[in-house]
Amino acid sequence: MALKTEPFVLNIGPVHPSTHGVFRMRATLDGEVIIDLEPVFGYLHRGIEKLAEERTYTGGIPLTDRLDYLASMSNNLAYVLAVEKLAGISVPERAEYLRVILAELQRIASHLIAVGAFLNDCGAFFTPFLYMFREREKIVDLFEMLSGQRLLYNYMRIGGFTQDIPDEFLPALEKFVKQMPGFIDEYDRFLMKNEILLARAKGVGILPKELAINISASGPVLRASGVKWDIRKVDPYSIYERFEFEIPTGSAGDCYDRYRVRVEEMRQSLRIIRQAMEQIPPGAMRSEVPHLVRPPAGEAYAHIEAPKGELGFYLVSDNSIAPYRCHIRAPSLINLTALREMIIGWKIQDAIIIFGSIDITMGEVDR
Amino acid sequence: MTLALSGEEVATKLEQQFPGSIIETSKDSLLAKNESLFDLVSFLKTAPGLDFSYLSTITAVDYYDYFELVYQLVSLEHNHSLVLKTRCYERESPAVPSLVSLYRGADYQEREIYDLMGISFEGHPNLKRIVLWDGFKGHPLRKDYL
Repeated sequence: MALKTEPFVLNIGPVHPSTHGVFRMRATLDGEVIIDLEPVFGYLHRGIEKLAEERTYTGGIPLTDRLDYLASMSNNLAYVLAVEKLAGISVPERAEYLRVILAELQRIASHLIAVGAFLNDCGAFFTPFLYMFREREKIVDLFEMLSGQRLLYNYMRIGGFTQDIPDEFLPALEKFVKQMPGFIDEYDRFLMKNEILLARAKGVGILPKELAINISASGPVLRASGVKWDIRKVDPYSIYERFEFEIPTGSAGDCYDRYRVRVEEMRQSLRIIRQAMEQIPPGAMRSEVPHLVRPPAGEAYAHIEAPKGELGFYLVSDNSIAPYRCHIRAPSLINLTALREMIIGWKIQDAIIIFGSIDITMGEVDR
Repeated sequence: MTLALSGEEVATKLEQQFPGSIIETSKDSLLAKNESLFDLVSFLKTAPGLDFSYLSTITAVDYYDYFELVYQLVSLEHNHSLVLKTRCYERESPAVPSLVSLYRGADYQEREIYDLMGISFEGHPNLKRIVLWDGFKGHPLRKDYL
């Protein structure tokens, strides 16, 4: 005799260790299998786009810190690039090099958390996470040396930086760049061919190439699906065209590929930092910028390859001291569009891993 | 470098297919008629030589007299981009065609514009508030909200 069954609705979150913030997944289950899923968010909505309209252009920089709070430097960079494009401000060479160094360090720091948290979700409870925090700590120390802050740096300025870097920064950076490849090799040795990781992540949560493009995915999520698209290469901003680096891509578009792409990207970031350290010239840190920036009426869209994907700022100016409109293209939000598609048909325990493999920050999703 | 196609250049290719659908062109953008937006974009998505397969972002700006929607289209194949715009002059119940059936990536972005700017997207499969709660009054990103 067949048992009569009916779908069961389960709320995962909003506050749950695996949701990486306040995020709710409303899953409809058939036994253990997820047959429908609705992501619910907005718990962290602070109206940053609206707040930016009430502040000067420089006053908008601390707001950007609070988007993807695990990659504040990258957010700063995208925002100042947009303002500089709008106002036609140039940046001195030394500052451009420092920006590249900071953006790449930030990518490593963000990927360390992404990978660590992903392994946490896979069941490697806090051991890899702790080791990755050990390395991230060194990057945070470097950032603290520059900005005095450990999370929300508020460090970049329109036209460059307020002051030159302290003398001890570059030697400390060199020490880190020497050590870090060994640590990445260490992760690989323990994890890349780890049987449990392979069993849990390989072939799980596949995002096909066509769908990844159609869904506007970006960053490691897009590249893991086999699309060689990195804004640093295809539309170089700052001075990225001067550096040699590869774009790691995956082929299957599964959780394992997303994990692998991030680890490879850390290696490439170190490669860029090494080149930038060799080439960084002495000189000014900031170009002549008026105290209150008043860009001519018009609009500008600037985008960068942030750790989580394409981060863009669309600014509209009405020739006043505050932006008329500031729209943020948030990679976390748009990558989340793919979540439902990737999760349907998998079990609850896989859903946790698939969600972790996208790598989102709620501050950026809700804004 | 991603080549930013000029509005004029793309407009010449569109004018034969869709006469009268383009209101204005400039060096860096193309302003299309609200009603013909969907047809234009579905043509741009697959037209040989254009192939705008990737919709990078959508946003809306409130200019008091009208709302302007801005679409950043990108072709991964040819590495070029286009800024497409459309306007709606209605303030009580503004509406534009939804692009979700062409680009799934438009889903959350259109919902966000609906939520914060109060513009409806006709044909959107699940148009409801996304970051604010259902009982919320008004649309905060509008210039007359605060």
